[in-house]
Amino acid sequence: MTDKQLKTLKNRLAVAGAWIAACIFFFPIFWMVLTSFKTEAQAIAVPPLLFFEPTLDNYLEIQERTNYTKFAINSVITAFGGTAIALLIAIPSAYAMAFNTTKYTKDILMWMLSTKMLPAVGVLMPIYLLAQNLNIFDTKILLVVIYALMNLPIVMLILFNYFREIPKEILEASRMDGTSTYNEIRQIVMPLAWGGIASTALLSIILCWNEAFWSIVLTTTEASTLTAFVASFQAPEGLFWAKVSAVSTLACAPIVVFGWLAQKQLVQGLTFGAVK
Amino acid sequence: MNPTLVRWLQAPSIIVLFLWMIVPLSMTIYFSTIRYNLFYPERTGFVGLQNYEFFWTDAAFFPALLNTLILVGSVLVITIVLGLAIAILIDRPFRGRGIARVMLISPFFIMPTVSALVWKNMMMDPNNGLFAAFANALGFTPIEWLQSVPLLSIIIMVSWQWTPFAILIFMTSLQSQDQEQKEAATLDGAGFWAQFFNLTLPHLARPISIVLLIQMIFHLSIFAEIFVTTSGGPGVSSTNLTYLIYIQSQQAFDVGVASAGGVFAIILANIVAIFLIRAVGKTLTV
Repeated sequence: MTDKQLKTLKNRLAVAGAWIAACIFFFPIFWMVLTSFKTEAQAIAVPPLLFFEPTLDNYLEIQERTNYTKFAINSVITAFGGTAIALLIAIPSAYAMAFNTTKYTKDILMWMLSTKMLPAVGVLMPIYLLAQNLNIFDTKILLVVIYALMNLPIVMLILFNYFREIPKEILEASRMDGTSTYNEIRQIVMPLAWGGIASTALLSIILCWNEAFWSIVLTTTEASTLTAFVASFQAPEGLFWAKVSAVSTLACAPIVVFGWLAQKQLVQGLTFGAVK
Repeated sequence: MNPTLVRWLQAPSIIVLFLWMIVPLSMTIYFSTIRYNLFYPERTGFVGLQNYEFFWTDAAFFPALLNTLILVGSVLVITIVLGLAIAILIDRPFRGRGIARVMLISPFFIMPTVSALVWKNMMMDPNNGLFAAFANALGFTPIEWLQSVPLLSIIIMVSWQWTPFAILIFMTSLQSQDQEQKEAATLDGAGFWAQFFNLTLPHLARPISIVLLIQMIFHLSIFAEIFVTTSGGPGVSSTNLTYLIYIQSQQAFDVGVASAGGVFAIILANIVAIFLIRAVGKTLTV
């Protein structure tokens, strides 16, 4: 075999390896979606069925027989609400810090980041009891507040990085022209920062949507999100795989798509901009 | 912008985060020193370090601590080694690479409770699961995954979810690697492994340390996977610290002991965090 042939062979092997890895990692998701189109008997068939007549019955039954819609609405409200509040608090702060950086800015940001190191289980009891005593246990407002606070440090850091990338010269020029701070933000900064804010929001929505600990501990029936709803299927008795798969598929589909869109922000956000 | 306005704009985020940190934290510390059980509201009073002692001497404590460390340690090794290998495989251009990438990172966006259910039922079920079908097809007796090797089962689930994260980070970082340097090395006759150890690995040093630290923080508080699949069992064989504290608070309703456990979890997380803040602080350009 010549060197060139050897190189081609190695390349082919590497590509094959990549595809095998991709298929293995994606397989459980594929299988979940596939199972959601089976009947219950087909879902637990031995040996497992790869080919069958697909049915939409599971999806229809979920709509009829469970409170799926309610939990989906709860997930939407808490994920979007938490994100909105986090953004509302973070945008002015990150803006102020990015354009008026002082020697304390870095320390403040690092301190904010350090609040992420408080494990949820470490503050479980106080939050639980506060929620009970304030009569907001099992309400959406409680989850919205917790999600907002939980994501605030990450949102702050990403927004700070985005605002930093806006060229200062543009702002200086407009200041020379006597533009007010309000107009400066509205006409110059926001249009430039819009993309960054949107992708930060996307990341925050993903994190809220998939959050499991607080939604399981702090809700029972009224404010439960899809994560908590799915967790309620943990008991083995009377488990319906096809229906559980349909619920799971519905719960994950939008967020997986969001995830594909927010790949880059995810890297920046979760590594705090340290990996480019 | 005038300095007063700057301060006013910064204030909300600093104030709410400060409250979010200090209020529950001081309550946890306070609760951890008093007798406080929701079942016995009449028993009150300061007990010093008794709750800590109770938590510490609980028969489940050391198994839980050990499980936590095994879980974090093995998931870290698996995700980093696999993540590195796959990121390098996927780094070369080939037809359909975009699709392969999307397939590879998707598990990271599946909610943990769904991931746990899919693995528990459709993969690991000893009668109808795919693993069992495989084992039968090859002539082996299927394993009762969650019964006989519960911790390993959870390690598999968590690794499936987090290897994509490592792939994503390493993939992003590999794109910024100096290609000319690699070509020069190839011309000089450096083979794959020589290039890997001398160029790629040093380039990935920082991303690797970041993946390590972020995952440590997340894996110290793994909860949903255990809650949905094994409930910490059989016995305490898959109970981690987070789950143990959860049990103390939500089933025994012992606020004092759960809080003492919480303080312990906070200390553990912060030992890890010191390194994370250092690593990130160095890279944050202000």
